[in-house]
Formats: sequence, structure tokens, C-alpha cells
Amino acid sequence: MGYAALRWLFFLLIVKPFLLLAVGVNVRHRDRLPAAGPALIVANHNSHLDALVLMAMLPVWLLSRARPVASAEYFLSNRWRAWFATRVIGIIPVATSGVRSHADVLGPVRDALAAGDIVIFFPEGTRGEPERLGKLKTGIVWLAQQLPTMLIYPVRLHGLGKVLPKGDWLPVPFFCDAWVGEPLHWSGDRRLFLAALSASLGG
Amino acid sequence: MSITLASPVLAILGGVWALLALATAVVWWLAPAPDSELRQRVRSWWLIVALCSLALMFSRAAALVFFGVISFLALKEYLTLIPTRQTDRRVLFWAYLSIPMQYFWIGIEWYGMFIIFIPVYLFLLLPVAMVLTGETQGYLRAAGTLHWGLMSMVFSLSHLAYLLVLPQGEYAHVNGPGLALFLLVLTELNDVAQYCWGKLLGRHKISPAVSPNKTVEGFVGGVLTTVLLAALLAPWLTPFSVLDALLAGALIAVAGFFGDLSLSALKRDLGIKDSGNLLPGHGGILDRVDSLTYTAPLFFHFTRYFYF
Repeated sequence: MGYAALRWLFFLLIVKPFLLLAVGVNVRHRDRLPAAGPALIVANHNSHLDALVLMAMLPVWLLSRARPVASAEYFLSNRWRAWFATRVIGIIPVATSGVRSHADVLGPVRDALAAGDIVIFFPEGTRGEPERLGKLKTGIVWLAQQLPTMLIYPVRLHGLGKVLPKGDWLPVPFFCDAWVGEPLHWSGDRRLFLAALSASLGG
Repeated sequence: MSITLASPVLAILGGVWALLALATAVVWWLAPAPDSELRQRVRSWWLIVALCSLALMFSRAAALVFFGVISFLALKEYLTLIPTRQTDRRVLFWAYLSIPMQYFWIGIEWYGMFIIFIPVYLFLLLPVAMVLTGETQGYLRAAGTLHWGLMSMVFSLSHLAYLLVLPQGEYAHVNGPGLALFLLVLTELNDVAQYCWGKLLGRHKISPAVSPNKTVEGFVGGVLTTVLLAALLAPWLTPFSVLDALLAGALIAVAGFFGDLSLSALKRDLGIKDSGNLLPGHGGILDRVDSLTYTAPLFFHFTRYFYF
């Protein structure tokens, strides 16, 4: 597990100091976060920093089990990015374009959860405008249905879209907030489930 | 040239720790709930006092870095609170970079640059950077609010750090950390004293529209307490005559009051109660350094004009 050590070092020496000094994320209800896998952490998505912040919120011993779901088109687009994303960060790459069934696209995510991983998932599908929750896609419903007893941990992020918005590479310091909501699981009703999730993500 | 810590500074720091220990005992007895705001506030005071003591005792460089970080946190909190334009991201980045530069001028004791870098150069250059983005919508507000933040959180606060490098050796027992400690202790105790006298005797509101908790009784009690403390501390830490010590105390007390009010007005304008949550029981860092943004430059120029 050489890559686990690399990820640990990357978070300890780069991500955590950067988030502490340059950003400053105020986490509320950290105690609600999962203490072990399998678990699905979902959040609103405005910045490349989102996944790093969510991973850094977990206790360090869970870092090796954390797997953010990310776009294969973007993160596998060149060798170095692919190496870094899949090996150091440990993303689960999924296809985000083309007409495919949920099982085709999200099968690997379900498998990772079944194996006990802590999966980080952005139900909006892509980074949107800062502080405006986009429409949740149906992938989250499919995942919840596949594993109906699994707990889903909603985290509402605020400010990271100002620190590093879509289309920019230069981070600018601002304080940010992360609210961990009450965990929920598949309720059996698609509309109610999406409404509850949307509400806890600030929709 | 490194700063040597004269024993008066250690003695006063010891006194501050003893006072904090006493305050902790009193608050633990007064507020039995383990997570009451008063207890949180005292816990945060321990952190502040410990960090300030370390910064002042270690070395000049450590103290400059420490005060630079305070400026950075204060500016970051301010820029998080106010509305900013996304087109100004690069400009805000340059504004942050001015912090290490400002504290560097202090480190090399370049007074001329220290005193004009932000009020003149950044005042002219940052708007140029804004103009070059081509966005005119909200230009005046963006340029004005950014400059207000830099003046308060970087320029004003950095005067505290310049006290560290005022020409040393002119007065046998006086050194930079001593002057900085004098300003810090009096500014913070003035806040505490105004709060305590207000709680004890407060009847007549002094500025109901801006800060409804401030009273005439709290203000007067605070000024008298701070003037008395200034007279007691000055022989240990400053070259001041008795009269000047009293004047310095009054200056700090009145300036601190208006610094506090100025930030209250800002928060009221933005519709928030606390500026952040970095210091449990106090709020954000701006809630703690608000008075200093007024006392630091005024006390600095008082000291420099009459004694250095």
C-alpha cells in the first residue's frame, strides 16, 4: 500500500496546512461524520477543493478508505492527472457524458461501497455556480436504492466556490463553512428523498 | 539585531497570566455551565495570551510573523464578510500579498516605506489592477471597501509591530516588546474594563443605534481604569513621564472605544452579530482586534513623536 502512504503525506503536508492557513474551514457537527465505512458522503459542488475538504474532514486513519467520485473525462484526460487522481487521491472515475444506464456509470461506486469504502459523491453531477444548489441528478437515487440500509451523510459546503471557482487556477483566501447534516437513508419515496437531501445541501 | 527581553516585560507577562488565572477562577464560580459564553471567552483568552507571550518572548522575527498572521486572518475575515466581485479575484490576491511586504518593511526598519506603502502605493495600484479587468460595475464600492480593509487590518495593526523596532537603547529599561505589551495589555484590559463597568453600573446607553450594550458608565469606568493601569505599568515598560502615561492611557481608552464602535457599525451594516467563529466566546478575530485598529496607530505616533 505505497499509495496510501503517499496520500497520507499529501494530506498531512500539503492539503491540511493549505486548508488551515489559506482557507480556514469551519466544520459544524463534525461528530456526525461516519466513523467507519461503508458510508456515502454527499455535498454540493462548486470547486475542485470540495473533495479535498471533505477528505480532510475525516479522521486520518479513514483517509485510505475515502474515494471521491469524479469525472473520467476530466481526470483521466492525461497521464499525470490520471496517475495523481486515481493513485494519490483515489478517485472512482465515472463517465459523465454519453447515454448509459445508471448501472454502467455508477456500478464501480456501488462496488466500492459494498467493499466498505467511504465514497464522496456530488449529486449535482458537476461544479455549479457558487452558493446555488443545482438540480440533483438521479444517480443518487439509484445508489440509495441499491444500498437501502446504507447511511448517507449530507455536507453543505459554503465559500469554496469563492476560494477556487470553476475555470480558475489561483486560489484566493476566504473563510469557508461546512455543515454536516443528519445522516439519512433511502426513504422509499423518490420525491421525498430528493427533497430531504436537497434541503440539507442548502437547496 | 535581536530583541532582548528585559525583566520588566517578563514580570508584566507574569502579572497577565496571574490576572487571567484569577479571572478564570471567578468566571468558573460565576458561570457554572461548562459551555457558557463567558467560559468559552476565558478559554480563548488563554490561547491569545499564550500565543502573544510566545511571540513576544521568542524573537523579533517570530513576533513579526505572528502579527503578520493576525493581519492576514483579520483581512481574510473582513473579505469573507463583505461582498466582493468575482472579477477582482486577482486584485484580492495582490492585496493579501501586501501583508508580508508591509511586515518586511518593518523587519528592515524602513519607516518611510512602512508609512506610505498602503496609504499611497496600494491605494493607487490596486484600483489600477481593478481597472485593468475592465469591470466598471461596482468599481467605487470594490476599490473603497478593499482599501478600508487594508488600512484597518494591515496598515493600522502593523503599527503594533513597528513598536518592536523603534530605535532601541535610547532608554535603559525600555525595549520594543515592552512597548507592544503596554499597548496590548491596555487595549484589551480597556475592552474588559468597559464591559465589566457597563455590566455593573450601566444605565445610560451611549450609542444605542450602533452598539446597544455600550453605556456611559461603562465608558467612563473603562477610561478611569485604563488611565490608572497606564500610570502603574508605564514606569516598567515605557519611557513616559507620569503625565504622559496618563495621557497615553486616556488615548488608548478613547481610541479603543471608537475602534470597537467602528467595527460594530460595520457588522450592523452587514447584518451580522459576530465577525466569525475563530475565537469561541469572542466571535471572530475582528471582534478581538477591533479596538487595536484604532489604538495601535494612535499610540504609536504618540510614542514616536514624544520619545523616539
